[in-house]
Amino acid sequence: MEYFIELFLGGLTRGSIYALIALGYTMVYGIIQLINFAHGEIYMIGAFVAYIVCGVLTIYGFHGVSILIIAGLLAIVYSCAYGYTLEKVAYRPLRNAPRLSPLISAIGMSIFLQNYVLLAQTPDFLPFPALIPDFEFMEPIAHIIGSPELVILVTTLVTMIMLTVLIKYTKIGKAMRATQQDMSMARLVGINVDRVISTTFVIGSALAAIGGVLVASYIGQVNFYIGFIAGVKAFTAAVLGGIGSVPGAVLGGLVLGLTESFAAGYISSDYEDVFAFGLLVLILILRPSGILGRATKQKV
Amino acid sequence: MKNIKQSLAVSLWFIFLTFPLMVVKVNTSDQLVQWRWMNILWIGLATFVLSFVWRYALARKEARQMAAQSGQDEQDKPSRIQALLEDQSLRYKAMIALLIFALAFPWVFDTYQSTIMISALIYVVLGLGLNITVGLAGLLDLGYVAFFAVGAYSYALLNHHFGLGFWTILPVGGILSCLFGVILGFPILRLRGDYLAIVTLGFGMIIKVVLENWSDFSFGPSGIANIDKPGLFGLKMDIAASTTYIYYIMIGLVVLTIIVTARLKNSRIGRAWIALREDEIACVAMGIDMARTKLSAYALGAFWAGMVGVMFAAKTTFINPASFTFMESAIILSIVVLGGMGSILGVILGAMILILLPEYLRAFSEYRMIIFGAAMVVMMIFRPQGIISNVRQKYEFKGLKEKSENV
Repeated sequence: MEYFIELFLGGLTRGSIYALIALGYTMVYGIIQLINFAHGEIYMIGAFVAYIVCGVLTIYGFHGVSILIIAGLLAIVYSCAYGYTLEKVAYRPLRNAPRLSPLISAIGMSIFLQNYVLLAQTPDFLPFPALIPDFEFMEPIAHIIGSPELVILVTTLVTMIMLTVLIKYTKIGKAMRATQQDMSMARLVGINVDRVISTTFVIGSALAAIGGVLVASYIGQVNFYIGFIAGVKAFTAAVLGGIGSVPGAVLGGLVLGLTESFAAGYISSDYEDVFAFGLLVLILILRPSGILGRATKQKV
Repeated sequence: MKNIKQSLAVSLWFIFLTFPLMVVKVNTSDQLVQWRWMNILWIGLATFVLSFVWRYALARKEARQMAAQSGQDEQDKPSRIQALLEDQSLRYKAMIALLIFALAFPWVFDTYQSTIMISALIYVVLGLGLNITVGLAGLLDLGYVAFFAVGAYSYALLNHHFGLGFWTILPVGGILSCLFGVILGFPILRLRGDYLAIVTLGFGMIIKVVLENWSDFSFGPSGIANIDKPGLFGLKMDIAASTTYIYYIMIGLVVLTIIVTARLKNSRIGRAWIALREDEIACVAMGIDMARTKLSAYALGAFWAGMVGVMFAAKTTFINPASFTFMESAIILSIVVLGGMGSILGVILGAMILILLPEYLRAFSEYRMIIFGAAMVVMMIFRPQGIISNVRQKYEFKGLKEKSENV
């Protein structure tokens, strides 16, 4: 039973990271129907910036939580900046192009960013310092759930609540929902659609950066390639939950994380990725619109 | 003045953007920070210049689009290259010259050059195969290398266990890949294009994971060595001779691929693929069986990858899962995209450029992938039709005009 709980919590932790990244995919897809392939790279850049800032601050004699906060904030700032630039350079000129064009451009951008980090930094795996301290009150249950897991779960929860508030109750959230429903109509009623799309990219990138910092400090490694796998997994989560739907992305992330955790724990850890994609294929065959997605009819 | 200000802003923005990654380098084990200030200068200068080029190119593209919309149809006027391409007599002459060059190649250059040329030709066939799926039918396949792996492993395993020869396996490998394509394609072809991209990507990764972990079947990450080279009636050949032999087989395969894809392109099913790419709904309304047409494109694309996979295993005599990564799929895709989706000549040219250039410019080989990535983005924005654009078949009604002049 204890093993089960351990796997469950591990899956939940993993799933909430997937959910954070999946939100970026789902929001962008909801608005411009584009799989932002380079989203995983934004997440990786977030983790890398956090790594560099941590390294510099540690060497110049900072300590403990202050490093975590500064590194986290800078990672978010930089990821947002990259997300914004990415949209402006690679996707905006293709707004009216055939569907395949922005997708290929996104793949190109993903390859570009990966190799940019590879060349500017290093191809090796770098050790990421464990930024999250061990809390004392966690002592009695530490063998089931550690402090990093708790921090990840709480951070994810808070972020989700903030995002929901942003989408439901603010002006920009309203504009985002309007753009998602009908872009040309939104433009007609005076919404600056370009700015809404930029904002979506920035918010998605911020979420990815949070995920990146959390995961890097949890696993303890960064590398230029981490974004690719995480990106594909997160996209799987987004499709699983129904792409375009925000609660769907969260649910999809959790389901995917739990599936992987249980499959790795009870069957075999070598085939972890196979289970994830098997699940994706199964969902696409049985319910192409995802768990929470609505089936849309194509109209001519 | 306004332009300069704008470019200055752009270069400042990029300096800010690239600062932590380009300038700072931390070495945590030695507690050292390396500041590379010179990079700021390079980034600043490069982005300053590039932003001018970028703005100019965007303005030109917009002007062209405006011109096209306002009725001055520029596309009707074939460009000079296209006029050359359509000149029939010249085309035959060029083809014969090219064929002679290709046949004489191993005698003029040494074995090393031939080996490089063989790998370029392998990519030509891969590009042409993917061109069927992506270029003609418009199905984005990001796991194409998986079919390549199926071909290579079917030769390696069948040769290892049963001692079957190259010529027996060549079609078998193709057909096996084809089967994989059908099995994989069947459930997912009803999906929209971008879902297909992600599922094929997943499939490509699954194949690699399985090959790495299922050691009893595939010998795991260490791969399979000592695969037989293709035989010629039991003759014993040294390395140079067998390289030449493989080179000629490859040339034959390339010619076969070119003929088949060219014939397919203008056949009934080829027209159906192109129509499906342009508009699915209209296509189904016209009575084209969508599932079957898509599936055939997918399976035929996979077929070539399987054949050339057998070829690859026979050439290198050693394969392991590391040869079949996503990067390979990305390279093949960029060959098709940069060369020109749907255009056979474009794909051949794309493969030659993308494989041979990095081979001869060894100094830049580190920068190969970053340039591919950037080129894919730039190509999509400024020249989505690729280096050599696909010529659309048009029927012109000339009779009426001549008649009216006569009257």
